[in-house]
Amino acid sequence: MKKTVIFGALTAAGLAAGAAAAGTLDDVKARGTLNCGVATGLVGFATPDANGEWQGFDVAVCRAVAAAVLGDATAVEFVPTTGKTRFTALASGEIDMLARNTTWTFSRDVDLKFTFVGVNYYDGQGFMVPKDLGVSSAKELDGATVCIQTGTTTELNLADFFRVNGISYEPVPIETNAEAQQQYLAGACDVYTTDASGLAATRAAFEAPNDHVLLPEIISKEPLGPLVRHGDNEWGDVVRWTLNALISAEELGITSANISEMSAGTNNPEINRILGTEGTLGEMLGLDADWAAKAITAGGNYGEIFEKNIGESTPIGLARGLNAQWTEGGLLYSPPFR
Amino acid sequence: MTTMTDPPQESFRLSMLLNDTRYRSYTFQFIALLALVMAIAYLMSNMFANLRDQGLFLSWAFLGEPAGYDINQRLIEYDSQMTHWRATVVGVLNTLLVAFLACVTATVLGVIAGVLRLSNNWLVSKLMSAYVEAFRNVPVLIWIIIIFTIMTAVMPAPRAFRGDEPDATMLLGLFAFTNRGVYVPAPILGNPLFGSAAMGWLLIVLGLVGSFFGAKALGAWANAKQELTGERPTTWYITLAIWFVPLIVLLTIMGLSWDIPALRGFNFGGGLTIRGSLIALWFALAIYTGAFIAENVRAGIQAINKGQSEAAASLGLRPGRIMNLVILPQALRVIIPPLISQYLNITKNSSLAIAVGYMDITGTLGGITLNQTGRAIECVLLLMLFYLTISLAISAVMNVYNNSVKLKER
Repeated sequence: MKKTVIFGALTAAGLAAGAAAAGTLDDVKARGTLNCGVATGLVGFATPDANGEWQGFDVAVCRAVAAAVLGDATAVEFVPTTGKTRFTALASGEIDMLARNTTWTFSRDVDLKFTFVGVNYYDGQGFMVPKDLGVSSAKELDGATVCIQTGTTTELNLADFFRVNGISYEPVPIETNAEAQQQYLAGACDVYTTDASGLAATRAAFEAPNDHVLLPEIISKEPLGPLVRHGDNEWGDVVRWTLNALISAEELGITSANISEMSAGTNNPEINRILGTEGTLGEMLGLDADWAAKAITAGGNYGEIFEKNIGESTPIGLARGLNAQWTEGGLLYSPPFR
Repeated sequence: MTTMTDPPQESFRLSMLLNDTRYRSYTFQFIALLALVMAIAYLMSNMFANLRDQGLFLSWAFLGEPAGYDINQRLIEYDSQMTHWRATVVGVLNTLLVAFLACVTATVLGVIAGVLRLSNNWLVSKLMSAYVEAFRNVPVLIWIIIIFTIMTAVMPAPRAFRGDEPDATMLLGLFAFTNRGVYVPAPILGNPLFGSAAMGWLLIVLGLVGSFFGAKALGAWANAKQELTGERPTTWYITLAIWFVPLIVLLTIMGLSWDIPALRGFNFGGGLTIRGSLIALWFALAIYTGAFIAENVRAGIQAINKGQSEAAASLGLRPGRIMNLVILPQALRVIIPPLISQYLNITKNSSLAIAVGYMDITGTLGGITLNQTGRAIECVLLLMLFYLTISLAISAVMNVYNNSVKLKER
């Protein structure tokens, strides 16, 4: 008797798990909210504002997906994840997608069985040193003490860079950006290294930003992007094409200001296909015809999201650089909507 | 004629499992055990089923792959091309190092504070109460961060030592206190016997162990002589010789020299580096746990009947000797068991190391390795296994000690 109950419970648990893995899109629709994994607090990328509302560049991707799938940009349950918990949270199904400045790497894609749906920020690892150290290249850093945030790809890049150049260093692992800043300013380390965007943001917060220089070497490629679990391609497509819609919208000049006007129909067929007034792209994804229009309305196109959260008008003050549209010398290149 | 017969043996019946008090407790314990095993089996099979559904599986192969990251404090040779397993071992040794240092320091601090807290001197006893209350009532993580922050902010950076008129100078020209850590001269064996320096140091440790037993034998001889004649021979200079002569001879033969730290490039080079993270973690754990040990020691002392110290005093013993010869040996029986759990606490609390970037096992295996390989379940299982093993080992050793000091009933 007891045995039967246990096996019954086991079977039920197994079936439930199987069902959960079947269709994330259906799950999200049934639940009415999107569970989106974000950083625990990184200004500009994902951080709660004074009202407890999540804001940021990665957060905007979550909101766009929620708007595309559920028609409501606020129907997002944000799950703060650390560098350690993020992959477990996604693999276990606790979150439907992860948008947490995560670098797209081979082993994360293949070994951990995640699908990176695209790149929303092209970054690279750089170095910051005090100007009075008189260093002009990272190759002069032999014997330096380097502050580094632990649990990121930057640690591996750093080890590789110093090994390739045959110079030594002493790593000082630091848990958070704030602590690293404090250590660096106190002179407990000579160099601070992290993604160049993070260095720029950190330097901007210093009392005397001009006393510190970013060295010219960018020692790694850090394509950051949202990711989903392997094995659910329909859901992967939804997230991928929502991101592409934001990028294409900028390229085609669709903004949150003119979208309602454009939704009435334009003489550009690609715009019409994206906004759902022509063709059946939404239906193919299993979404409403105006899915992309809703996604773009949520926070604007890619360029608007960038400017609002991390662009040059914000304290973070990042230039578009590699993250400009391909038409303007950047790497952003969305496949066509047809 | 008398015959002795055993009372008739009652044959075992199944109902006795419930009705007979001799068996009933076993029945219930067995049922509880069965339920526990079933519950664990259910949770495990649930985990494996879920992992399988998501196409995941437990694999330990990552431990053999190159780690790819560097560790600043390594007690054994390590570089970024060695395996994750090697990095794990480096972390284990770092954990053991800080746990050992903190246990020793906490015990010394705790015993002193515990004894002084009972002092008749009002100021001393109040000072010790303040120490105990202040340190045990603030979380250890806060203490770790406070000490680390103070070190970083107050001590000079290495670049302050540079220039013709530096802002900071080395103590006696030998020790450099910087906000990266303390640099001290390192002993170097220029001509170690048996080839390697490690063998040389082993030889010195063996020499010291020999001296220890030599000094003990001398003490025993002196005691015997005192018993016999009532005169205690003066032995302090012989003891001194037993300790130092072999040491000095060994060190001279092996050509001891000192590697004095000096400013080279960005940092101090040479000498031994005691990193700020180690110091912060070590002292925070020691003073925090020392406060708890002080209370254990106080409890142990107060558990000894006042008559004991009065009897000792009436024999003419001085207060210091009463404490050392009469009270503490008896108090140890009360102190040791809670002391064991304080040692376990130190070992487990050392996993807060990541707060100051000390690369213990939680920082290597549970931090960077976990994050780089994404093998969270495997890493956490290994971590649990490690802490469990260490804790059980400490308990086992301390229990042996406890058995040796506890009241022997004859």
